[in-house]
Amino acid sequence: MINWNIILSIAKTHLVTKLRQTLVATLGVTFGIGSYITLVSFMTGLNAMLDDLILNQTPHIHIYNEIEPSKDQPVSIYDDFASHLNFVRSIKPKISQKKIHNALPIIDYLEKDKDVLGALPQVVTQIFYIAGSIELGGNLTGINPLEESKYFNLEDYIIEGSAETLENTDNGIILGIGIAKKMALNVGDRIQISPISGDFFPLKIVGFYQSGISDLDAIQSFTNISTVQRILGEANNYITDINVKLKDLEKALPMSQLIEQQFGLKAVDIKTANAQFDTGTDIRNLITYAVSITLLIVAGFGIYNILNMLIYEKMNDIAILKATGFSGKDVQLIFMSQAMIIGILGGLLGLLIGFGLASFIGTIPFETEALPTVDTYPIHLQPSYFIIGFSFAMVSTFLAGYLPSRKAKKIDPVTIIRGQ
Amino acid sequence: MDIVLEAKHIDKYFKKPVKFQVLKDINFQIKTGEFTSIMGKSGCGKSTLLYILSTMDTNYTGELYLQNQLITGKDATHLSYLRNKHIGFVFQFHYLLSEFTVLENVMLPAKKLAEKSVVDIKQTAQNKLKMLNIEHLALKKASQISGGEKQRVAIARALINNPSIIMGDEPTGNLDSHNAENVFSIFKQLSEEQGLSLLIVTHDEDFAKKTDRILLMEDGKML
Repeated sequence: MINWNIILSIAKTHLVTKLRQTLVATLGVTFGIGSYITLVSFMTGLNAMLDDLILNQTPHIHIYNEIEPSKDQPVSIYDDFASHLNFVRSIKPKISQKKIHNALPIIDYLEKDKDVLGALPQVVTQIFYIAGSIELGGNLTGINPLEESKYFNLEDYIIEGSAETLENTDNGIILGIGIAKKMALNVGDRIQISPISGDFFPLKIVGFYQSGISDLDAIQSFTNISTVQRILGEANNYITDINVKLKDLEKALPMSQLIEQQFGLKAVDIKTANAQFDTGTDIRNLITYAVSITLLIVAGFGIYNILNMLIYEKMNDIAILKATGFSGKDVQLIFMSQAMIIGILGGLLGLLIGFGLASFIGTIPFETEALPTVDTYPIHLQPSYFIIGFSFAMVSTFLAGYLPSRKAKKIDPVTIIRGQ
Repeated sequence: MDIVLEAKHIDKYFKKPVKFQVLKDINFQIKTGEFTSIMGKSGCGKSTLLYILSTMDTNYTGELYLQNQLITGKDATHLSYLRNKHIGFVFQFHYLLSEFTVLENVMLPAKKLAEKSVVDIKQTAQNKLKMLNIEHLALKKASQISGGEKQRVAIARALINNPSIIMGDEPTGNLDSHNAENVFSIFKQLSEEQGLSLLIVTHDEDFAKKTDRILLMEDGKML
């Protein structure tokens, strides 16, 4: 039978009379847990931000018409030559259209799929920006501005103007900030656009676009699909790309394979396109956990040390407790509960300090040209971090308390009393 | 009269540094209400015997009975319970928990036994302190009282669970003659008025002479 009242009251007395050591041990745990929470929320915040930078704008599946040489040359299809060894040198892709054939029915079909959030058409084309005597090469993408905002957060990257003004302005353009700087243009100015085929089209600048990737900002602009179609002199079924956003990112790969098979188009899923980002995220998480676990192990050794010393100091007390009828297990529980009290107090305090510190970091201004959507350091607080942190504290203090307390359990009172 | 404690053919060896027989075939009985002292020269094994009788040392051969129950070979938890309930200890060095108050020190074994409520235990502890004329020390820290007072507190603690027997290992060895006299008279009073059995190991011949019965030991044998 275990009498917790008396065990806890002895444990409490030990902790209170050795207040300084108790505080040092507790603060060790607090420091470990606090830095874990701060570190993990900062690191994941950073991860999320970097992922957003690329992945938010990236479609889950990007469908387009790849220009590539045919895999099967006529000679290899012809049966009479099947037993011969054929060489065809200098294979060239055959002339084909850039547009997706039957794009509008495909979009309708995709949007009916229950896994698809949205399938947005785009017209991507190479153009020249002309202002006065300057001519710059670039990309002009025709989009549905409102839907792009809804599914691919376009609005986040428009630093002046809005998607709505583009939607409502015929012959409007949202210009990449790099181009605007090079050409000294402001919102409301006009810019001449020239497609590769020639001709000039004046467009009105309704906004600026900044993705944070300066190479992209120096070439990329957006306008309405119908405007691009008009510039290219194509009909309104001229669609070069379809961007699909799914409900579940994990389904991107199987679905892209299905689309390639079904429509004979090129379909690239987000994971294939951005494989290196996953690796980066994994490594940053690994570093976070390695550092946190190291801190907690250090804190655990602190507790181990302090309890060990306490047990040496309390040899006489342990002997007298055992002589008056406390069992070895009672004595072990006295020291275990001291470790656990230190762990619980230190852990809770650590969670609070971690929360405070993380929230504080979240208010520090962090402004950079490359990241227009961010104005303070990114912090990602999640309940699971607090649960993991507290469990860490419990496990490490348990282990740190277990070893010394087992020694206390085994102390032979006769040896101590006779040794006096 | 009933027999409180009985030892039959107790042998004990020390294995280190060389094998050495400390106790050789010890046989004796303690009856209820008997005030017994064990005397002998240093190293004759009297303390070793006391720790075997106290159930703390289990490394011996022979049989030990407490109130006619065989306790040799019982598991450690049960022995702890027996010590708690039936045996009271007084050592040469006070052995109080210095961070606790006098009252808490006295209450500790009873709280462990947990047969009474805390209020009752407190009442009993105060009665014991009063009986030993130290009730005014109840709320002092154990580290703040004198040596003679500490020994009386230790006696109060030994009495708290109304044990069957009190064992003492040189309880007056560290006290001046006045305090030693005081402790002896407390023991005597307990023995006569309350019929408590006492078994005291001592060097002090004057002390031993005043007890009911003296067991003499020499070279691990009882004479």
